Amino acid sequence: MTQVSRITDEQTPTSTSSTILLRISKFNPEHDDSGRFMEFTIPYEKWTTVLEAILDVKKHFDHSVAVRYSCRQATCGSCGMIINGKPRLACFTKISELNSNVVTVEPMNNFPIIRDLAVKFERLFNTHQKIKPYLIRDDSELESDEKEFLQSPEEVEQYIQFANCIKCGLCNSACPTMATDSSFVGPQALAQAYRYVADSRDKGKDSRLKIIDDSHGIWRCHFAGSCSQVCPKGVDPAMGIQLLRGYLLGFRG
Amino acid sequence: MRESTIMKIHYGTALAAVALVAVHILMRLTQGFAESLEYDSVLANYKFIPYAAMLELILILLAVHGFNGLRVILLELKQGRTYEKAVSYGCLAAMVALIAYGSRTIIMTNMGMT
Repeated sequence: MTQVSRITDEQTPTSTSSTILLRISKFNPEHDDSGRFMEFTIPYEKWTTVLEAILDVKKHFDHSVAVRYSCRQATCGSCGMIINGKPRLACFTKISELNSNVVTVEPMNNFPIIRDLAVKFERLFNTHQKIKPYLIRDDSELESDEKEFLQSPEEVEQYIQFANCIKCGLCNSACPTMATDSSFVGPQALAQAYRYVADSRDKGKDSRLKIIDDSHGIWRCHFAGSCSQVCPKGVDPAMGIQLLRGYLLGFRG
Repeated sequence: MRESTIMKIHYGTALAAVALVAVHILMRLTQGFAESLEYDSVLANYKFIPYAAMLELILILLAVHGFNGLRVILLELKQGRTYEKAVSYGCLAAMVALIAYGSRTIIMTNMGMT
């Protein structure tokens, strides 16, 4: 049963700003049997992000709220969470664009909770590492006569979109297969597998395809497309997975 | 067998089954649906070897596709080495059993052993 505690800040100046009810999920797996929500009335401006509202709560009301964040500009991928039911980056989501007077923040789905909004990333990092996220080739730029491996703009175009991944985990959080299959590689790792397979400098296509061609690999994707819906960087993991399937089905070289 | 090979078979059997089931349904309609299901008409179909062969092929295609689909669903439901082996071999055994039982029906009827 979810409990609710409500705190209202009546001293905060609200003359130039509106207020929202911020509901923050509180759960400590070491002590709590079930989660609960703390509610806070927070002033916000047009440009206030959800992360700023959470940090406002930490500063003025409850400093025990656990949240992971760093860059505040959608680059580090630390502040992924469920905001009003959808996985988003808290630093990249303005309260004003949610069009709601109530903002509910919860930890990401499909990740074990450390505390409150902070989740463990071990599985994501392990699957990411599993697909060998680096260029595989016998020679190196240092040994080659060339100063660097040259690529045409067309060759870069093949993978550059997928190189934007910031490992925030929102795609894995939105993936329905990740919810039931604890061994599934996940959209993040599969998109990164495509990123390196499609790179003209890489020579490790076969070994990478072998890794994902597993009973819990690429074929368990149902193409729900939710990963691409929530990606804050426009990576489109669902498309990467389909392109990767092309290699395994023999449609792509 | 590699998962990609299994899935190629999965997609292939689906496409082939759609085509052959379409032929099967069209054959029913050309004859008149209700009449085609009468006892003598069904027996005549089984005794016509090309049609019996097509029914056998549909049986194999649907059994392979269906039981692999079931395997995939069960693998996503729960994980574990023993469980996954049991599911894979269980589905394979069930598929073989269904094909054997269906083939027996087709062959016996074709040979007039009704």
